[in-house]
Amino acid sequence: MTVTEDRQSEATGQTAKEVGRDRRRKEDQRLITGRTRWTDNITLPGMLHIAMVRSPYAHARITHLDTSEAKAATNVVAVLTGQDVKEEQGSLPNAWPIKADQVAPDHPSVAVDRVSFAGEIVAVVIARSAAEARDAAELVDVDYEELPAALDLREAAAADADQGVLAHPELGTNKSAYWSFDSAEAGTGSSVDNAIAAARADGVVVEREYRQQRLIPAFMEPRSVVVDPTGEQLTVWSATQIPHILRFLFAAVLGISESKLRVIAPDVGGGFGGKLQITPEEFITILSARRLGKPVKYTETRSESLMAAHHGRDQWQKITVSATKDGTVTGLKLDLIADLGAYVAIMGGGVPVLGAFIANAIYKFPAYQFNVQTVLTNKTWVDAYRGAGRPEVTFAVERIMDELADELGMDPLELRRKNWITKDEFPFTTVTGLTYDTGDYEAATAKATEMFGYDELRAEQKRRREAKDPVQLGIGISTFTEMCGLAPSRVLGTLNYGAGGWESASVRMLPTGKVEVLTGSTPHGQGHETAWSQIVADRLGVAYEDVEVLHGDTAIAHKGMDTYGSRSLTVGGEALVLAADKVIEKARPIAAHLLEASVDDLEFTGGRFNVKGTDKGLAIGEVALATFAAHNLPDGVEPTLDSDATYDPIDFSYPHGTHLCAMEVDTETGGLTMRKYVCVDDIGTIVNPLIVEGQVHGGLVQGIAQALWEEAVHDDAGTLVSASFVDYLVPTAADTISFETANTVSPSTTNTLGTKGVGEAGAIASTPAVVNAVVDALRPFGVNDVRMPCTPERVWKAIHARDGAESGGAPTEGAAAPHFDEQDTADRTAGGTDGSVL
Amino acid sequence: MIPAQFDYVAPTSVEEALSVLAQHGDEAKVIAGGQSLLPVLRMRLNAPEIVVDLGRIDALRGVRDDGDAIVIGAMTTHNDVLHDPLVREHAFVVTKAVAQLADPQVRHRGTFGGAVSHADPAGDLGAPSLALDAEFVIAGRSGTRTVAADDFFVDLFATAIEEGEILTEVRIPKRSGWGAHYEKFVRVAHQWPIVAVAAAVHVEGGTIREARVGLTNMGSTPLRARSVESALVGQPATDEAVRAAAATAAEGTNPPSDLNGDADYRRHLVTVLTRRAVLAAAGA
Repeated sequence: MTVTEDRQSEATGQTAKEVGRDRRRKEDQRLITGRTRWTDNITLPGMLHIAMVRSPYAHARITHLDTSEAKAATNVVAVLTGQDVKEEQGSLPNAWPIKADQVAPDHPSVAVDRVSFAGEIVAVVIARSAAEARDAAELVDVDYEELPAALDLREAAAADADQGVLAHPELGTNKSAYWSFDSAEAGTGSSVDNAIAAARADGVVVEREYRQQRLIPAFMEPRSVVVDPTGEQLTVWSATQIPHILRFLFAAVLGISESKLRVIAPDVGGGFGGKLQITPEEFITILSARRLGKPVKYTETRSESLMAAHHGRDQWQKITVSATKDGTVTGLKLDLIADLGAYVAIMGGGVPVLGAFIANAIYKFPAYQFNVQTVLTNKTWVDAYRGAGRPEVTFAVERIMDELADELGMDPLELRRKNWITKDEFPFTTVTGLTYDTGDYEAATAKATEMFGYDELRAEQKRRREAKDPVQLGIGISTFTEMCGLAPSRVLGTLNYGAGGWESASVRMLPTGKVEVLTGSTPHGQGHETAWSQIVADRLGVAYEDVEVLHGDTAIAHKGMDTYGSRSLTVGGEALVLAADKVIEKARPIAAHLLEASVDDLEFTGGRFNVKGTDKGLAIGEVALATFAAHNLPDGVEPTLDSDATYDPIDFSYPHGTHLCAMEVDTETGGLTMRKYVCVDDIGTIVNPLIVEGQVHGGLVQGIAQALWEEAVHDDAGTLVSASFVDYLVPTAADTISFETANTVSPSTTNTLGTKGVGEAGAIASTPAVVNAVVDALRPFGVNDVRMPCTPERVWKAIHARDGAESGGAPTEGAAAPHFDEQDTADRTAGGTDGSVL
Repeated sequence: MIPAQFDYVAPTSVEEALSVLAQHGDEAKVIAGGQSLLPVLRMRLNAPEIVVDLGRIDALRGVRDDGDAIVIGAMTTHNDVLHDPLVREHAFVVTKAVAQLADPQVRHRGTFGGAVSHADPAGDLGAPSLALDAEFVIAGRSGTRTVAADDFFVDLFATAIEEGEILTEVRIPKRSGWGAHYEKFVRVAHQWPIVAVAAAVHVEGGTIREARVGLTNMGSTPLRARSVESALVGQPATDEAVRAAAATAAEGTNPPSDLNGDADYRRHLVTVLTRRAVLAAAGA
């Protein structure tokens, strides 16, 4: 859709339906040029600035802390230590204790006598300028006594008070919580242990271990917070995804009345879950502003952001799948260890559990078990990152489907076809107890394979293998689904989550016929202003340009659950539809009254109440004006025309898609060149195809980055090595190819619009597609895994792990040697004796 | 992050710049395009008293023809080098290297002279300088001197430029009958090369008469692969012959180990990249 076409439709009036149109985003000009209210752009009279002093050690006792020199420095107003604020600061809250007996250390905003990860705050310098605060921070003198650091999640899980290293010795354990789901116990399926035993006797069992490396969300705008104390009132601006949740939690932790708190998320530059957090930096800025009675700002540096803003992923996974010899999967078992880092973050403990209900993906597995042990280590805390729990399990299951196909000598697509839920089986209740409302895996896969040229690429792969071409070709498949639209509040209650999953919206008709929309969903790059305008324009029959969307301010849109988990449109959009419909219903009797007609004789189309069979009618804007003047309203009708609605979803939504990746592997260098990437996503009804494509592209790149480039690496002392963008490789457009994207549409039946959510799809689906492609290319070399990120070094060493000659023999860390030795693998891959298997 | 406070001066001539440097000694730091120095200052890894900005010395900018050589002014930006017709004609391997250097933003700020003076062994311009036999013209209070590429790179972040001196230009001799290529290996486009190889070869009648091979990120400085060079002389420009010569590319190197690969991997990689660079340079 071009700009010209947009203009033409404006000229011809409101005939085109907005939903489904490629609208360019209303908000982009100000966001792209930066001429907007980013938190760091806010400057208030008399404002003070904070610089943090952070621990260079992963685990240490603070033996000496001298702030006198810093306090004496030019224009320094105050220097605060943990001792100074220990009564006041409380402990950062954890909103999702997945088990009642979850072990969680106290989380002070400023460390009091011990630091638990490199990057933890030990002192706060407040000065009249940011530069002076930073200069003075260099003068704070801290002595540490280093303590042994718990760094490896598996070792952490094995440690206790008697052996190994504890991240928080006072807890006596590193284990935070153990959470399980078993389909036999839940009554949603049969026993997985029986399924595995049966397959060992007569069938195939494949078991693998995978490592979900630690990632850094690396949002574009660093975190920033400004606090303005005015009398008893505190206004907090924060670069956050969750202003509403923050307002509640600030009040709860600090004992401030919620009514004295206004939290504003102005324009926010990205989050990916990384700004779904309540942070020490926010508490510190609030405490500083309250103490000093002046506005205070803190903006982190990029180095601080990479080190101290929460990380994502970081799981060790053991996955076992059992199947009959014809490729019918009979059971799936997952054992995870999830690293929470040094503290249990707001959602941290629950993130792995978000994966538990869709690890069975699109398949009809009859037996299923999921176990996760969360552990504490002396690393940066871990919490939601794009997909949150779902990419991790999707990776494991989509990887092992390829491994199973290889064991069976089946085409991996054929294996998936054999096991997926067919179109006529929806709605389908899965082995985890969820009911997938709609889906069409056949259609998405057929379209994707056609666009991809699947058969031709398989033929080329065969030719390259036979010719022993130094450049080999791999084809990777990922047929994913996820659960979006978080979440039905009752379900969250059963999972011990601390809040509901509803969303709110308000529609205000202004006297001129313009429309103001308030949403409790809080955008940080998603394009709410555009999509919400499109929905309201259609619903109320008003011009797209006449709709203004307000968000991210608890004093304006006071109710909300904010934005994460691909929930905005499926939950917030539904609230918006309800609010718009309420406005129409309030306007209807007023219109009837003004038109001197019966309500039953009115029909509402194209933004007008028309008296059936006549040319009499009133536009909704005219009704709005009449309610403003209020000169002639029916008895009992309140002046003005507006509405509020709150929607609690009745179920999750289940987007799905088929992603195909072709990867060329240079076997001489291990270098990878992506040849083709095709994805066909089914996200239900599409409100704005342009925004959807942007979400898919961005998600794909983030997921591909996990497969190939990104990893938060710590050294043996627990220091973050990938502490800048020199070493933490965030890709740019130069590193990607032109993706070929398309959609199939199976509208969701659980909401009016039929949407399913698209924010996380690309990031969930692409990672296994890419690694499957890499491994597929390397199968002739006996390779069945390459650890992420699949660096050229790891790929090259995987190729040469078995020949010993060029690589110098033993595979090194990260190389893709099989996870089990030959005998072990043979033992675990029972039934592989008839020639068709192995 | 905010750098520590420093004084700033922007002289408009080389003489003025040298005079400021003489006055401040090792408390002064020269800034060219700032693509390496600014991160160092912002991360507070260095806190000079004064920063001397060469950005206003017009005489240090641009590429000129000097008869038997082309001369690249030290303050010529990578982007200007990239689009310069003289460089393209006489030092195409530099064009190729600069085209892949970091990203467009860096190329518009960073300078040829600044990059070679910083002497990061992973920098993209050292190996081509070695392969092209470039000369470095250094100005000091007692006059100018010229240093051969082989002698310019002394150690990690250290060059033949002494305290109080500045690099003013880089001279690249014109040669005929030579082909050259820069083969760079990265994981993402904007990163430092994991390993890169610049090769220049003189081929006559299908036989390699002379070869110069420069290696990036295989030690504390850009290195010449001398064993490869001598093994290539007199060989046919064929895959087989070049492969055999390139197999020795890691001799005498001391590559780093980091997140992108360990030293062993780099020692392997350099043989593959050398073969590819030489074959491409030879037009084979």
